[in-house]
This record gives sequence, C-alpha cells and structure tokens, in this order.
Amino acid sequence: MKSARRSNEPLTWSLFAAGGLLAAFLTPPLLLAPLGLLGEGLRFERVRAFLDHPLGALILWALIALPLWHAAHRLYHGLSDLKVGAHRLTYALCYGFAFLVTLYSGYLVWFA
Amino acid sequence: MSARRPYIRPMPRTWWLRNPVFRRYMLREATALFVGGYGLVLLWGLSALRQGEGAWLAYLAGLSHPLALAFHTLALAMALYHTVTWFALTPKLMPSRIGNRPIPARWVKAAHYGLFALCSLVILLLAAGVH
Amino acid sequence: MNGTIVIEVQRYRPEQDPHPWWQAFELDYRPEMSVLDALHQIRDRHDSGLAYRWSCRMAICGSCGLMVDGVPRLGCKTFLRDYYPDRIRLGPLAHFPIERDLIVDLRDFLDKLAAVKPYLIRAAQDERPSEPRRQTPAQLARFLPFAQCISCGLCYAACPEYGLNNRFFGPAALALLHRYNRDSRDQGRAERLPTMNAEDGVWGCTFVGYCSQVCPKGVDPAAAINQGKIVSVIDYVRHLVGLSPATLGQDATQEGER
Repeated sequence: MKSARRSNEPLTWSLFAAGGLLAAFLTPPLLLAPLGLLGEGLRFERVRAFLDHPLGALILWALIALPLWHAAHRLYHGLSDLKVGAHRLTYALCYGFAFLVTLYSGYLVWFA
Repeated sequence: MSARRPYIRPMPRTWWLRNPVFRRYMLREATALFVGGYGLVLLWGLSALRQGEGAWLAYLAGLSHPLALAFHTLALAMALYHTVTWFALTPKLMPSRIGNRPIPARWVKAAHYGLFALCSLVILLLAAGVH
Repeated sequence: MNGTIVIEVQRYRPEQDPHPWWQAFELDYRPEMSVLDALHQIRDRHDSGLAYRWSCRMAICGSCGLMVDGVPRLGCKTFLRDYYPDRIRLGPLAHFPIERDLIVDLRDFLDKLAAVKPYLIRAAQDERPSEPRRQTPAQLARFLPFAQCISCGLCYAACPEYGLNNRFFGPAALALLHRYNRDSRDQGRAERLPTMNAEDGVWGCTFVGYCSQVCPKGVDPAAAINQGKIVSVIDYVRHLVGLSPATLGQDATQEGER
C-alpha cells in the first residue's frame, strides 16, 4: 500500500466544524427569536445599527456563511452515502454553493 | 487451481434503513439541510436589511407567513437534534485530562449545555429588545 | 428455562451455492449457551460441514466475529438468553468477502493494520535505541484505551463508509495508528502522517460512531479517528506555511511531561 495524495479535506472540514459548532449553540435560539412573540429587538434601526458595527457585521457574516459550509459538507458526504451523483459533480455543487453564499453575504455585510 | 470463489455482498443505497443507528446517523446528517436553510433565511434578511426599511418590514412579514412558521418549527426541531448530537460527539475531540488529572466527560458535556443556555438567554433577550 | 430455539445461519458453499442462503436449525436451548455454543451444537448434531472461525471462547482472540441479527458481535460474548425465545439470524461479518458460510476474507483488514506501522519507531539519531524507556502513568493513560484492540474486525462490519469504499483505512487500523502516535516512546508520527492525511485515511470517516458502539473491548475508534483529523488539520497548516511535519509525537511529549 503506497501512501496516497494529501486530502484537502482539512480545509472543508474546519469550515464544517466551525459552522457546526456555531449552529449547535446559536441556531436553536435564533430560530425562536422571530416567532412573533419577541419583535422589539428586530426593529429596523436596531438591526441596522448591529450590522454597522464591525463586530456585528462579522458575526452576521459568520452566522450565514459558516452554517452553509457545514451543510455543504454534510450534504456532499450524505449524497455519497446514498450513492447519488458523481463525486466531482456533487463536490463542486455543494462546496461551490457555500463559496458563492460566502462571497455574496460578505459583499452585503461589508460593501453594500 | 484454487477453488476459492469469494462472494462479495452488494451495498444497496438503502443500507441505512436496516439499522436504527444508521437511521439516526442519516437524520443527524439531514439536520444540516435545515441549518444551512436557515443560513439562507438569514441571507434573505441581510439582503432586505440592505435594501431599506420597507424591504426589512416585508421580510419580517414574510417570516410570520404560515409556511415560514412551519419551516421555523421544523428547523427548530432539527437544529435541536443537531445540538444534542454535536454535544454528544465533540467531547471526544477534546483533551480528556489537564496535566495528570482526568476531566470527567460529564463535566465537558455539562459545560456545553451551560454555554448553550447562556447563548440562548442572550439571544432571546436581544431579540426581545433588551440592551 | 430449557426448551428449543431456532437459529438461522447464512450458508455459502462456493463449490455449489451460486449465492448465500439461509438455513434454519432447531437447537436445544440452555440459558448459559453462547452463540458460539449454538454453532458447535449445529456442527456436532446437524451439519459437520458448517464453517466458522473460533478459538479462545473468552473474547480475547477475536476470531468468532459474526453478524447476530444484523449487529456485529463476538459469538463467544453473545448469549442466547438475550434473544430467547425469538429466533436468531447469524451471518458472516458485513462488508468483507464471504469465503464460506460464516468465514470472511480478512486479508484487506489485516493488510491495513500492518500498513499503519503499528510498532514503536525511534528517530535515526536515537543514541540509546535499546535502552528501556520509562513511562509515567499519565503517559500510559494517553494511549492505553486505544491499545485494547483484538483485531476482530467488528468495527469494519459496523462501518458503512468502509462498506461503501473499502479503500478507506477503517476504524481499527486508524485507532491503532493513533495509539502509536500517542505513545511517548514513539517518534514515528511523521511516517504515519501520509496515511492519515489521505482521502482514504482519517478523512474517509464521517463520524457515524457505530464502530465504537460495537467494539467488544471498549476501544473508541471514532474518537481516535476524529482526534486524528485534528492532527491532520495541524499538519495541513504546517505544510501550507512550509514547516516540516512534527516529527516527534510532539503533543505526547509535551502533555506527558506537563
């Protein structure tokens, strides 16, 4: 058995793990927040002010982009578990989508 | 001549239906669709926020649509399942001792849930409009 | 408590069966009987041609692994009383080629165990290669839980990722690799890193976790592999910034001496 090529999964796995960690702690309460009972915190000026703060912007970017890397990673491996599609194609679609969302949300957060 | 004729069993793509452990594994992996889906909901909100107050109000109105509520409820259940499974697995990746002293796995898990409770409290207070 | 129990055994005789089939046997039941005892009874009273592996009868040789109602188990450590009066289905370990009846071909598994260099490696500049190397209890505790493997192969039968892609190194081999990486006497981590870093190394694992559940010796291969992922991530970053791999079992030395 000769040694094989180095995988690039350390990169995607780290993003997956960061997204999974963030989602484990924050997604359930975030999902509860806009259920109608608690509206005051979601006033336009307030959320806009949060976004205008550099730290707030960073948090929002992370909250959007990292869970998408998490989802892309699990979807890619889930599809290969289900023997669906060619690996290269599903790889490009899953991680490509996460990459595009990262770019677009980064643009909205920092430059729009 | 060898009389060997090894039989290789096929692995159907429904393999995960046969064992409850594998069904729970697939459910765990499927939670990612909702975790990622909620990321897209947030992206939609961010885009509305950039467009101005009118778009933001429309976004909030959209969130109270029955379909959006149904998504949020289902996503909440899936996100909680993600949290529980994540907290069950990540302690395995952490150092199990400080110096010579072992850290009980219970403590690591309890610390996770404690931090989760704190995060939830902060987010809900922020959403309720508390400074 | 004495009665009879029906055991279904998957048969495959390569010289005459086109594919495996199930054969039912009605056996005398006693509550102290193990699955292995049941196989002996079938061989002694019903079909002396039934092929299965066994040796020690006490969960240490790792020979008698098989699927009991679809779950990988050791025949000697599984008791009929936990299933009685239901019937039990016994099949060969999943994911391996069936050689005959309950006997599978473990060559791929054994090759992988050997390929992870499961022995202490000392650096070439080691000045005292043959001197005894003392370990503190803390240094021992770092790898001891991963050193209990009996190479029975149950974790491979439990691992769907190995079933889907048998190039994946799999639970036991990667846990054994981790065991040597964590040993303070070992300096061979750099030699094992290429195996870990590969697509079919630690990255072939999706943390299903079933390997750790079925292990009859309480080894936690899922933990070993996923700790290995962190080692691999660190090595990836070192490689990116142009550092050579950490040659010594670096964290082993640090943490052990702390």
